[in-house]
Amino acid sequence: MNLTLHVWRQKDAAAAGRFVTYPASDISPDMSFLEMLDVVNERLILMGGEPIAVDHDCREGICGACGVVINGAPHGPKQRTTTCQLHMRSFKDGDELTLEPWRAAAFPVVKDLVVDRSAFDRIMAAGGFISAPIGSAPDGNALPIRKENADLAMDAAACIGCGACVAACPNASASLFVAAKITHLGMLPQGQPERMERALSMVAQMDAEGFGSCTNHEECEAVCPKGISVAFIARMNADFLRASISEGRREARAAEGAGG
Amino acid sequence: MNLDARAPTGPLEKKWDTRRFEMKLITPANKRKYSVIMVGSGLAGAGGAAALAELGYQVSCFCYQDSPRRAHSIAAQGGINAAKNYRNDGDSVWRLFYDTIKGGDFRAREANVYRLAQVSVNIIDQCAALGVPFAREYGGLLDNRSFGGAQVSRTFYARGQTGQQLLLGAYQALERQIGAGQVRMFSRHEMLEVIVVEGTARGIVVRDMVTGAIETHFADAVCLATGGYGNVFYLATYAKGCNATAIWRAYRKGAGFANPCYTQIHPTCIPVTGDHQSKLTLMSESLRNDGRVWVPKQQEDCGRAPRSIAEPDRDYFLERRYPSFGNLAPRDIASRAAKQVCDEGRGVGPGGRGVYLDFAEAIGRLGEDTIRERYGNLFEMYQRITDEDPYQAPMRIYPASHYTMGGLWVDYDLMSTIPGLFVLGEANFSDHGANRLGASALMQGLADGYFVIPYTVGNYLAGVKPGAPGADHPDVQAAVAGVNERLARLLAIKGKRTATSFHRELGRTMWEHCGMGRNRAGLEAALQKIPALREEFWRDLNVSGETGELNQQLELAGRVADFLELGELMCRDALAREESCGGHFREEHQTADGEAKRDDERFCHAAVWEYQGDGKAPLRHTEPLSFENVHLATRSYT
Repeated sequence: MNLTLHVWRQKDAAAAGRFVTYPASDISPDMSFLEMLDVVNERLILMGGEPIAVDHDCREGICGACGVVINGAPHGPKQRTTTCQLHMRSFKDGDELTLEPWRAAAFPVVKDLVVDRSAFDRIMAAGGFISAPIGSAPDGNALPIRKENADLAMDAAACIGCGACVAACPNASASLFVAAKITHLGMLPQGQPERMERALSMVAQMDAEGFGSCTNHEECEAVCPKGISVAFIARMNADFLRASISEGRREARAAEGAGG
Repeated sequence: MNLDARAPTGPLEKKWDTRRFEMKLITPANKRKYSVIMVGSGLAGAGGAAALAELGYQVSCFCYQDSPRRAHSIAAQGGINAAKNYRNDGDSVWRLFYDTIKGGDFRAREANVYRLAQVSVNIIDQCAALGVPFAREYGGLLDNRSFGGAQVSRTFYARGQTGQQLLLGAYQALERQIGAGQVRMFSRHEMLEVIVVEGTARGIVVRDMVTGAIETHFADAVCLATGGYGNVFYLATYAKGCNATAIWRAYRKGAGFANPCYTQIHPTCIPVTGDHQSKLTLMSESLRNDGRVWVPKQQEDCGRAPRSIAEPDRDYFLERRYPSFGNLAPRDIASRAAKQVCDEGRGVGPGGRGVYLDFAEAIGRLGEDTIRERYGNLFEMYQRITDEDPYQAPMRIYPASHYTMGGLWVDYDLMSTIPGLFVLGEANFSDHGANRLGASALMQGLADGYFVIPYTVGNYLAGVKPGAPGADHPDVQAAVAGVNERLARLLAIKGKRTATSFHRELGRTMWEHCGMGRNRAGLEAALQKIPALREEFWRDLNVSGETGELNQQLELAGRVADFLELGELMCRDALAREESCGGHFREEHQTADGEAKRDDERFCHAAVWEYQGDGKAPLRHTEPLSFENVHLATRSYT
């Protein structure tokens, strides 16, 4: 196969970027998308050019490192497939492909197709955990969990943190990512003591990082390589609302107490 | 080289208790004066960093990925073993200990393995408390499955993503400490040197992979949890970024490297499709419960559609050679058998490097729906990658590099031969001997990180005074200068070959001569080829760009340079070990029916290599292994 690539090239966060066109010739349909980029890059190096920077690691769809917007679609045309699991047989000879990084103010471009997703880590540090210090745990079977709840927690926990949801959202919202974690931990009895604080602090951090709000476009679920459901966003909103109300009551009580 | 394991004396069951009681403690108020560096953020690294931070030490954690959540522990599918005996089926700490020792072909240290089995039960408790969504039964209790040929059901799992969920649990514990200011996290930072000051590990030199800045970080103890070196084969089930640089740099600074030739080749991976192939994908070995492995009897049939080959013209070689275990023969045996039939020219698929894994008989017996229920996600994954429908035609599989049992030598406390340098998880050599059992890698990573290192590092720190060496100390300056000089050298060659092309060539040599089957002539040939390739690398490499920027070619070149040295050491070790054991199969040492033949008289030891300088042969030392609690038996599967 022979294809033409229009690739976003940007030297670093401060530099202006632009599209540059490269031929991708003699491509085997058995190659993965990243192997096609490997071939293009190897040729670029030998011609004295600079290879296209792209994040990738496990190449089996689980680490969440890779992610390219291909012809406008995060992770490309195949549903429930990361960029690394996409194969060139999904395209045809003569195709023109436009490759862009995730576009979101909260994900600044580092170089070419590589973006900085550390905002996700900071949201996690704000409350995406259960405080159970090492050594403090009771027996694993001391706390039975309904199978349905454990399964639902697992559905949410399958998120790989790639950020495609943000890239697909017209508002660049991180709601699906945050909602998945709030649902995972909130479905489990171990996650109850911190459930309200978790919702408040993760949502606050999401806002502070500059992600937009959810306005129910549901583009996030459509591009999510793990098929994380937008229904989790409703759970996040419910937790956030409940937490906000009880927080408001607590503040009111504290004010009354101080006044009296 | 002092290879005293310093394991406590006394009965096996009491050793860890004894050790913990002997340990010196640091009062809570003083712990914050001490700092610890953790390199790597997988199960061992993230778990260890979180655990040490919870105790109050000042921890800095480093990873090359953009987030600690991406470490390759995340890709483990099957599960994690623990001697919980929730099934009431006869499991115990002692049985898990014995299975691990035997599975490792009696080449691991008894005291370490027993401790691993002991803390395995705490791991499950801890992970459940952290919110890991383990599979559960309708009664709400934890589910188990059997795995890797074990006779008991002791494997805990979270769908086919156990590694992901365990890692996210450790990552979340780590993020909690980052949020609390107890851990400073350095993502996109690659360790390029260990700083050894007056014989003690005191810090590391790292490269900020975004800006290219070379930084020094100091601590009172340094921990490496940087994973295995299986990417030396180029094609492997490892993540592309996995590398040996951290442990290799430590080896060059004096840390002993134990049993580098012990590598695990997993039998059920999707075969190579062409020269463009960049990695191999594992298919869970649970598939061998219902799939039958075969190749055509006649070479001429290899190009034909598999369904058109009549039963009498097929060779179900595992069933033929191992009638009692059949398709469920252990990993090392199944892998070698597949290689043999392909070497005979009877392999199938592109390049003739593949064997069929056929579900037709199982589908006929159980129906397609049952097979879909059992393996649907795996069949889907296979189809996604190969574009072939395994319900209609047999899968093609071939072995691939999957795990390394060798690694830096550590004592009972997981400290290397450099005082103050600790090694955790796959990066060390400690628990799996010559072959690792399924579902044991996750167990070891978390055991080391959550439950061993927090004690043993504390004990070490109690004996040293906190404080950093000056940046102007000559040992520090030499380390930094060495890193800068090497990066400049890599960029200055401006030759005609890419780092990938060298890596691929090294991988082919290693796979051919130091892979599933090894022999003297092949290893000696590799020991000629690798130095020549290394010489060509330093003469004809082309690295684009500069050092002061994000430069993925420069990162890769540094890693390949280290693999080019490590590959040679692996061949040396394989040549010196004149026996077959576990994943190390020396063709000269086999029984009449082609099975591995151990030599306990001469090789019941860990081989530990000491670096002597470039161009000089390293020294081979040994740590004798004494088995006081188990009887050395011969593995047999026929």
